[in-house]
Amino acid sequence: MQRRPLLGDEAVALAAIHAGISGAFSYPGTPATEILEFIHRETRNMPRASADGVSHAWSANEKVAFEEALGVSYCGRRAIVSFKHVGLNVAADPFMNAAVTGVKGGLVVAVADDPGMHSSQNEQDSRVFAHFALIPCLEPATQQECYDMTRAAFDLSERFEIPVMIRLVTRLAHSRSGVQVGERRQPNPLEPTRFPNQWTLLPSNARVGYDKLTRKQPDIVAWSEQSPFNRLVLNPAAGRTGYLVTSVASNYFLDSFAPGEQIPSYLRIGTYPVAPSLVRNLLEAVDELVVIEEGYPVLEDMIRGLLDSPMGKRIRGRRDGLVPRTGELDPDIVRTVLGKPPLPRQQTPAFELPGRPPRLCDGCPHIDSYNIISSLLGEHPSARVFSDIGCYTLAALPPYEAAHSCVDMGASISMAMGAAEAGLRPAIATIGDSTFVHSGMTPLIGAAKRNLPMTVFILDNSTVAMTGGQDTMASGDDLVRIVKGLGVDPAHVHKLEVHRKNRERNTEIVRNELAYEGLSVIITARECVVTARK
Amino acid sequence: METNIILAGVGGQGIVSIAYVIDMAALEHGLSFKQAEVHGMSQRGGAVQSHLRISSQPIHSDLIPRGHCDLILSVEPLESLRYVEFLAPTGTVVSATEPFVNIPNYGDVDRVIDTMSALPSHVVIPAERLARAVGSARAANMVILGAASPYLGLPEALLEKGIIDAFRAKGDKIQQMNLAAFRAGKAAGAAYRACLAAGIPSRNARVLVGRVDGGTLHDQAIAPWKQVFDSSVGPTVHELLASGTQGRLPGSPDLPVALLGATGSSRDAVAALLFQSAKA
Repeated sequence: MQRRPLLGDEAVALAAIHAGISGAFSYPGTPATEILEFIHRETRNMPRASADGVSHAWSANEKVAFEEALGVSYCGRRAIVSFKHVGLNVAADPFMNAAVTGVKGGLVVAVADDPGMHSSQNEQDSRVFAHFALIPCLEPATQQECYDMTRAAFDLSERFEIPVMIRLVTRLAHSRSGVQVGERRQPNPLEPTRFPNQWTLLPSNARVGYDKLTRKQPDIVAWSEQSPFNRLVLNPAAGRTGYLVTSVASNYFLDSFAPGEQIPSYLRIGTYPVAPSLVRNLLEAVDELVVIEEGYPVLEDMIRGLLDSPMGKRIRGRRDGLVPRTGELDPDIVRTVLGKPPLPRQQTPAFELPGRPPRLCDGCPHIDSYNIISSLLGEHPSARVFSDIGCYTLAALPPYEAAHSCVDMGASISMAMGAAEAGLRPAIATIGDSTFVHSGMTPLIGAAKRNLPMTVFILDNSTVAMTGGQDTMASGDDLVRIVKGLGVDPAHVHKLEVHRKNRERNTEIVRNELAYEGLSVIITARECVVTARK
Repeated sequence: METNIILAGVGGQGIVSIAYVIDMAALEHGLSFKQAEVHGMSQRGGAVQSHLRISSQPIHSDLIPRGHCDLILSVEPLESLRYVEFLAPTGTVVSATEPFVNIPNYGDVDRVIDTMSALPSHVVIPAERLARAVGSARAANMVILGAASPYLGLPEALLEKGIIDAFRAKGDKIQQMNLAAFRAGKAAGAAYRACLAAGIPSRNARVLVGRVDGGTLHDQAIAPWKQVFDSSVGPTVHELLASGTQGRLPGSPDLPVALLGATGSSRDAVAALLFQSAKA
């Protein structure tokens, strides 16, 4: 066995390759991007899936990625789909329904949550989604477990004929360590399903599928009871408080004890649905249970239920404030939860250090676009700019302050539509080229059909910049053709080369379109300075 | 053994390369390591940090608890201060002196550096200046890695091998330059510590070690340099060393001895003496 330095994301990716995947699909999103990036690097000398290699791609969005993976599974081959937590929202429809159809080739859904919102708009916990879909979830705590659990997830998926989730968090996804790795096994042969009814969710078939899904549950719980990924360690000598720990919280927990120090009784959970007998055995051994989990109080609520003291034991955690209700955990928070004093440390400087927030790069084309938009906002105090997700969201900060909303992928155009209907003038949307392909094209058809009075800027930098410069699907003249094809009046479609030298002319065009009582689309085109340098 | 390191800097300064070199050396040395990186939004010119833990035992946490950090390794002075609360009372800060100013409220860089120099253990060197002398300011990250190398607990040969690996795709010239930067940083770090041990104040020591060839100051040169900084010509010499004037100085004792003979001379005369042997 070989030891390789791998990020948690990369360990998941390599395990998927070694588990014999034929397909890998994703849409870039921090902290999950490196899963597909690694598969791309690692398999570039391999043939495509049809020749027993690996086919992989950035899909238009997470829903497409999930469905591509499901199509691979339908054909009997294995696939992995990966995205960030909010990407699972986009893929929620196929995600929920794939549990009902079931799968043929192993299908693993790798989701990277972002507690603390390092690069996200919320800190939703994907374990809730796995529970919702009635599928198993494996939750690694180490890079080695990222590898081992992903390998196991493919076998589990084929055994129960169900998708299986791997849930990562930022600190694991983006942390590197040495990992013992194996070899790639043969992919499954092409063998399309012989049971199309199972996959055709007409109500009559769906009822059968849903019934089958619910009947699988006891077997899945029995598997969870036996899984080596859970660990119960009872130590009556170390007090009457027990700990239930998961994911990186179990690392912080174990890290808090010096070598030789007594570690209290604890249960490390790595598999969902949770094994009830393990929890019961721990509760029997203690008077009080402290739950430390990274994310929502999922286990805590599960154990507490509606009543406060299951088996007469006190349950503590995020609900009673022992653990902070929101935000990312770290070793210091866990030390405090354990009642340990802070470690001696250096004094912080006597003066306040200025922050250094992210900013648009020098020479960024978005700067030119926002200079135009900001200057015209002065002429229209009532204007609002509905923005979207990408580097350009940074325009919400000074000096531009020209992004007045950012909610989810594609919301810029749809929210501007609603605002235009509500009477807002001018209603402006700003969306990147990749975000437009992801979720902007669909609402734009409606805006064109209704010729809503709004101005859409497609900030086209020819790449998915924020996540590191992945290839975009449509840029430049392709975007012009798409926009016209979606039904936008060609007289109000402009492609502007954004550069300081063109500023006056560009500003004049934009000024006229802002005054137009109908739909305009302005594509501001110039390549991202970071990818241009590569 | 166990070494807990925080790598700090601004997006684009090469923190990831430093981490890669240390990771590879630790792996090669049969040690456990965990290294938590920062990706995504925070990279856009913002503060970047990475927690890196190396140990002969298994490591649980990817993050270092506050008070457990042995070493802050920073390519930018302000960024090194940001993580001081993680530093153990016996911990060391190794930092570049050159500020990366991309915020309007950076503040007084001298206050930042003086705060760092007040810590019990610190190595503060002009990494960019030393990097430029070997070919490019971009190698400042490897200068800092070199200066920090005695604190890592890893064999130097493995770190050098890691550098060769890290820059393999960039070709031989870039590999050699980064190696030279690493060695200059190591020498400058040693020279800086020797200066402090001899009683030369940090502010004098850091401008001096940034100027000497390859960062190398001869042992016999340190006592005369202390005398120079203590003498009436000291302030003039310091000002000239800190100035933007190009020029590298020999690390031998001859120069400080000559400067000691120039007490009472004009600024121009001192400058001529200081830089006469300098290489452009």
